[in-house]
Amino acid sequence: MRRVVIVGASLAGLRTAQALRAEGFRGTLTLVGDEPHLPYDRPPLSKRHLTGAARPEDADLPIPPDLDATWLLGTPAKALDPVGRTVRLADGRELDYDGLVIATGAAARTHPADHVPDGVLTLRGRDDAAALRTRLRTGRRIVVVGGGYLGSEIAGAARGRGLDVTLVVSTAQPLARLVADEVGAYVAELHRAAGIALVTRRTALGFTGNPALTGVVLSDGDTVDADLAVLALGAEPNTGWLAGSGVPVAGGVACDPCLRVLHESGAPLPNVVAAGDIARWPHPLADGAPIALGHWSNAAEQAAAAARTLLHHDDARPFTVVPSFWSDLHGSTLRAVGLPAHSDERRVVRYDVFGRRLEVTYHRAGRLVGAVTVGGPGRIGAYRRILTDELLRAA
Amino acid sequence: MRVTVDMTVCESHGQCVFAAPDVFAFDDEDRLIYEPAPPAALARHVRTGALMCPARAVTIAEDGA
Repeated sequence: MRRVVIVGASLAGLRTAQALRAEGFRGTLTLVGDEPHLPYDRPPLSKRHLTGAARPEDADLPIPPDLDATWLLGTPAKALDPVGRTVRLADGRELDYDGLVIATGAAARTHPADHVPDGVLTLRGRDDAAALRTRLRTGRRIVVVGGGYLGSEIAGAARGRGLDVTLVVSTAQPLARLVADEVGAYVAELHRAAGIALVTRRTALGFTGNPALTGVVLSDGDTVDADLAVLALGAEPNTGWLAGSGVPVAGGVACDPCLRVLHESGAPLPNVVAAGDIARWPHPLADGAPIALGHWSNAAEQAAAAARTLLHHDDARPFTVVPSFWSDLHGSTLRAVGLPAHSDERRVVRYDVFGRRLEVTYHRAGRLVGAVTVGGPGRIGAYRRILTDELLRAA
Repeated sequence: MRVTVDMTVCESHGQCVFAAPDVFAFDDEDRLIYEPAPPAALARHVRTGALMCPARAVTIAEDGA
């Protein structure tokens, strides 16, 4: 293999490049990015960056001086021809490859409303974060829409900066789809204690104000006054450039257990792997069901595995790392391991809002599949070890 | 190999503990403790631990470097 092209210049792309070099790859390495920026970390964008504790450049990811890669930035990929083994870029350039890494990540889901006034934002990239941070300085009333981690983090950061905050979630509790009602109730208590108005079981239908936002219209017909709104409605995998390539893209790029990208025939494409938010692969903790995870640690760990599969095609190993994730909320860190969303039973070990301690385990058919804690990093490490041992035994 | 963890930067994510449990651990009070001069046999795990630290708190100095 002489030429490797990595489409996607964020954490997964960079770490795949690093892993290829660490595994001894000496050929040419080209990274293609749609943003003009070199790789940066996303987790701080909804955390320290919004609270003002960090500057945008603090998020820059260190690039090893000996990486010896060509960066094509601000030039998104437009098409893949897996037969001719070329990637076409928006500027018309064609890149030939012997090995391809698909790591184009995901984009913030947008709102379907016809009228979206000035002051309605999403948060995904560094430029989004800069815009939101500026708005948080002058905004007074913010509505955050979204029941995921991002919505809760933005709501918490905005409240910390003194804004009137309303958080709108479609479920009975925030985070309910990810970590179920038990942890959702805990987070709801944190939000309410911080003075956030929590609106549950409702969505945002539309917006008032022209040209500037004056309010968010909810699904029950009420309007919440606001001069700023952030939509945290989840992410859509960036698969548009794969149209016509024969790669199935529903919910992400379909991969085999070793992260080889599958053709629509069901066979893995020769020398094409995927890593990061865009990869959808069967995980043993989900009983082999395909999952996609938009987590920092997933991107970093998957990159190393994808690089290995690309270089050692005939000796590839399934990627079975136990997922891990964290979220900063009101000065506490919530930590998750495993697949809490794939559980049918929860056991609350500890629930102490005042003492900022929480410990919940997740089970499916009686078997441990995940855990969530607040406080006590040692406990989450112990749960991850149990889950890892369980997977090793099953392998 | 010499390992240093900047405790002013560490956020207790535990990724180093996941990657190299024989080198990094949390004590009974949830403080990170670690072996500053791990044996060469564990070097690969330690490097993974440094790479996986979201806070970039783990620094490695290779012997002779």
